[in-house]
Amino acid sequence: MIQSMIEITAEYWPMFLRGAGMTLLIAITGTILGALIGLIIGVIRTIPKPDKGWKRVFLKTIDFLLACYIEFFRGTPMMVQAMIIFYGIAQVFGIHLNVTLAAIFIVTINTGAYMAEIVRGGIISIDKGQFEAAQAIGMTHVQTMTNIVLPQVLRNILPATGNEFVINIKDTSVLSVISVTELFFQGRSVQGATFDTFATYFIIALIYLFLTFTVTRILRLIERKMDGKEHYDLSGNQMQI
Amino acid sequence: MKNIIQIKNLNKKFGNHEVLKDINFDVHKGEVVCVIGSSGSGKSTLLRCINLLEKPTGGQIIYKGENILDDKHDIYAYRTKLGMVFQQFNLFNNHTVLKNCTVGQVKVLKRSQKEAEQVALKYLKLVGMGQFIHAKPKQLSGGQKQRVAIARALSMEPDALLFDEPTSALDPEMVGEVLKVMKELAQSGLTMIVVTHEMEFAREVSDRVVFMDKGVIAEEGSPDQIFNHPAQERTRVFLSRILK
Repeated sequence: MIQSMIEITAEYWPMFLRGAGMTLLIAITGTILGALIGLIIGVIRTIPKPDKGWKRVFLKTIDFLLACYIEFFRGTPMMVQAMIIFYGIAQVFGIHLNVTLAAIFIVTINTGAYMAEIVRGGIISIDKGQFEAAQAIGMTHVQTMTNIVLPQVLRNILPATGNEFVINIKDTSVLSVISVTELFFQGRSVQGATFDTFATYFIIALIYLFLTFTVTRILRLIERKMDGKEHYDLSGNQMQI
Repeated sequence: MKNIIQIKNLNKKFGNHEVLKDINFDVHKGEVVCVIGSSGSGKSTLLRCINLLEKPTGGQIIYKGENILDDKHDIYAYRTKLGMVFQQFNLFNNHTVLKNCTVGQVKVLKRSQKEAEQVALKYLKLVGMGQFIHAKPKQLSGGQKQRVAIARALSMEPDALLFDEPTSALDPEMVGEVLKVMKELAQSGLTMIVVTHEMEFAREVSDRVVFMDKGVIAEEGSPDQIFNHPAQERTRVFLSRILK
């Protein structure tokens, strides 16, 4: 068994490598862009609403549309979304998307929907005093968010974002339905050539495990980096400025 | 004396609950006003209405001849003119002591980083926190946090400073260091509105004491008048309760 795994790896490693690369590309881009969408939605949904007037109606409408987006993409399988977006759009509108871009797009909007809720939770968890202190020195909502609140939110949601990242690495495998040449798709090709299901998918499993494990370790490092030093240095008051 | 802020017929309701009823109240330049009263009397709400952290439901707040409750008034610019010191300090947790005092100057007042740091350092030294510029808020004691919060507010170089029970969340041994800083500020001629339970401070430092009860200003006058010769029965009752 180990013998055949070594042989398969020796012969097909370029395919595995390309598959892993594609999987990482989709997962990384999708997670980062998705997190960005989540942050933007989080900021929009927490804009204070006036008691009345057109601005309130406008914000309420936006809120509703965003809620629709989140509910739809959280509530339907990514595989089904992939079929609709890739094949469905081609059939109805005659638009043929690049398969890699389509894959990244699907993962991005999916992650965005989940991240929007994670970010919302992160913003709610920030002490009200942080908002008030920022407002009291004259900051606008956007300034408060970008300078004070979101940096703290980012730190707090990093573990949850790491989760999303790991899920994305694994879930890109469902995108094999639109024939994007990610790791699982490559595995199927190799399996088709070797007929050794066990060995092939075991290799694939190990590669997935390696990817996810590495990513979680790196995220832990980033977390520690963000937390900064435990201690501070006293300044001699001779700061060079 | 010149008015900095004039409050006319101010009202604030939370739902059906009327927290402030028809408040009329002026603050002059260089004046130290202490607002006292029991919990729930509306004194914190009054302070929070002054810099619009709470939106008043009625009345006027006149600042430099303009009613800032007008819809078209720039509340962001107005807020930079009033510093606020909170009971819970509310330092920005993600920033160092120095950045806490510069971020508003740079982002809101559009000062250069260098100028902002000089201003911040000046005020951090004033409150005795000049050595701690690299510390994060979570590494400081309550008293130190509150002194940084005062420096942060001063760094914006406001026309007046509002204090919302600045020593109520502090351990007793740290109250003194904060009150000392506030006393120095008062003597330097800064305009201050202080909501407080520290009667000694109010008696000693303020130019005027405002006693609030059930959402109205029950009595106001010089410290001597309020503490030694209160005209109102409820002022007397409150003071006898709190001074024991």
